[in-house]
Amino acid sequence: MSFVEYGDTIKDGDTAIVFLGHESMFPVKVQHGTVTQTKYGVIRHSTDLIGKKYGSKVTCSKGGWVFILHPTPELWTMNLPHRTQILYSTDISIITMMLELKPGSIVCESGTGSGSLSHALIRTVAPTGHLYTVEFHQQRAEKAREEFREHGVEHLVTVTNQDVCKNGFGVSNIADAVFLDIPSPWEAIGHAKSALKAEGGRICSFSPCIEQVQRTCLAMEEYGFTEINTLEILLRVYNVRTISLQIPDLGKAAEDNSSTGFDSSNPSNQGSLCASPQQGTVQFKSGVPLREMVGHTGYLTFATKS
Amino acid sequence: RKIIFEKQWFYLDNAIGHTYGTTFEVTSGGNLQPKQEVEETTTETKEAGTDNRNIVDDGKSQKLTHDDIKALKDKGIKGQEIVQQLIENSTTFRDKTEFAQDKYIKKKKKKYEAVITVVKPSTRILSTMYYAREPGKISHLRYDTLAQMLTLGNIRAGNKMIVMETCAGLVLGAVMERMGGYGSIIQMYPGGGPVRAATSCFGFPKPFFDNLHEFPLSKVDSLISGTFSTETLPSEENTLEEEESNGLTDEKQTSQLETEEESTTETAMEINQIEEQDTMDVNAEDEEFKENKEKANKDNVRQKQRKQWERRKKLIETAALLTEKNADGLIVASKFHPTPLLVSLLEFVAPSRPFVVYCQYKEPLLECYTKLRERGGVINLKLSETWLRNYQVLPDRSHPKLTMSGGGGYLLSGITVVLDKGKSDSSHFEALKMEEPSSKRCKVQDLHC
Repeated sequence: MSFVEYGDTIKDGDTAIVFLGHESMFPVKVQHGTVTQTKYGVIRHSTDLIGKKYGSKVTCSKGGWVFILHPTPELWTMNLPHRTQILYSTDISIITMMLELKPGSIVCESGTGSGSLSHALIRTVAPTGHLYTVEFHQQRAEKAREEFREHGVEHLVTVTNQDVCKNGFGVSNIADAVFLDIPSPWEAIGHAKSALKAEGGRICSFSPCIEQVQRTCLAMEEYGFTEINTLEILLRVYNVRTISLQIPDLGKAAEDNSSTGFDSSNPSNQGSLCASPQQGTVQFKSGVPLREMVGHTGYLTFATKS
Repeated sequence: RKIIFEKQWFYLDNAIGHTYGTTFEVTSGGNLQPKQEVEETTTETKEAGTDNRNIVDDGKSQKLTHDDIKALKDKGIKGQEIVQQLIENSTTFRDKTEFAQDKYIKKKKKKYEAVITVVKPSTRILSTMYYAREPGKISHLRYDTLAQMLTLGNIRAGNKMIVMETCAGLVLGAVMERMGGYGSIIQMYPGGGPVRAATSCFGFPKPFFDNLHEFPLSKVDSLISGTFSTETLPSEENTLEEEESNGLTDEKQTSQLETEEESTTETAMEINQIEEQDTMDVNAEDEEFKENKEKANKDNVRQKQRKQWERRKKLIETAALLTEKNADGLIVASKFHPTPLLVSLLEFVAPSRPFVVYCQYKEPLLECYTKLRERGGVINLKLSETWLRNYQVLPDRSHPKLTMSGGGGYLLSGITVVLDKGKSDSSHFEALKMEEPSSKRCKVQDLHC
């Protein structure tokens, strides 16, 4: 396993995702002799995991079962230990495309935070690209380094522990793209410009508040960035449900009931000449929006250095 | 070659040798190269009103007539000067608020100062352009939706991907860009051959096409049932026609895109590999097409036979790749109903791999969702849509620009798992669960999803 390469079978030292069903999962580090407790019983790594194929059903001690999934940046995003507020895959996708990232791209990022975006960036720029990520919080920087090592991607990323607003990214004129997710991105625009290649590149800044965006846009203009564009992306998820709606009883005679044009899903309804005919229903499939959804994550401001 | 764009025509010869992102101004038929930074002409009198209480719309505020303006244009006067003239001859301009003045200048600049920026093709540019200009050709797949597909599908270097698309080759191109020439792609195509008009706009280097395979959809069933043979290929003529029309659309679609910026109409168009004087990036297909044409002209039967034989060989190779059933993912974005495509094509995908289906409409995906649940072998099914909102950010004038909702299409994504044969009862519970989401029974079976 690696976050940048698919493997078929589960090996000692892998990070795997235990899928319990219905959006509930957790990551597990596979180790000989270790056991993992789930609500369906115990998983013994040596016998239940190691050597098995990714995507297999694993039966736990209580008879319930789980699926073991190959890690991807997207699954990691949903399961990683939060050290900060993180970016989710919806924002990550548009960032990746708008920054024009591809294998071989050199990217600068700050702050590293919990590494949610970092993993996705590394996935996209591998095998020949590189991520330079800057995190001013020493413990978080250390933790990120450790995770990259565990996930087999340390050769693709350099973590620097410094303040990007004061000291920049520690590299100059080599980046194809820069991403900023810090409280005061406008203070880092100058450093971002000098990190980008002389022939140009793309920049993106993520900010929750419009005031931050305004300052960032002004700074970008000041430093000669062009094509400045701010957008927001929202994910809407739908539950697939079969809905049945009752047909109202308008006191029609029973024989008229079948000619209302509806497929009565209730066959006993047809031809029943009771005084109080049973109510017919209409069934259909619907994509029902979730009751609560994410209304705002942050504004994404993109620009070009040319 | 003469190119027409936004009611302007020009030759691209002058653009060669400049870096991408250079802005050009159009003269009578050629390109000039103006400075990167245009000095903002500030109206020398910084007079402005505070509100519009006294501004009356009598239609007489502009003292220049249509004919006057036309005369200015015919003289070949710089757009910048025309704008200046319009401002000077506007009686209400000075009474307008500063913001309204800005807006007025912006509008006029857009009309009279046409500048063109040449940029490098990328998924970002091409998908934005296609959505704006040819949404019908890509089933209204909005660029943010395409971005989701690439991420949800974990597209990256080294994968073995199956792609089924009828989006002019845009989705294929996006996948190719993300894979950077590493790994392989099998494109399933309907009819006589794959359409790759948009793919050729990317200007991929030739090696990117070495591991791009294609396989006719009409052969999928026979491949699954094991009765596949190469005896009945889609006819060669069809393929030729298809490629020919591809070539033509390529010519027509010198890719162009408009982005508004600052106060000018910034336009982008791509020239593949400008730095290389000769366009070496002729895409593999075009070459084949040219070859085919010559050979057809010569009517060289033996050559034709050899072509046929080569195509057959390629087809057998592709079939072998598919029958390994170990693809790393599946991307579907087509005008066809997604359910049959998915149920068949998922056969070729390894377990624990992501798949993503795009559809312009929600309803077919609802059905697809249900069918996949019945079939089993998939988990974490998700039906989703994204909304995109653009903002105008200016001092004291920040607000959302426009909400693009609907029309961006819907996605159904999920992950494959090992399908247990002979365990069909779980789908029964699925059905129960779907009917009665609040039901508290069969707790243990509930985790079968």
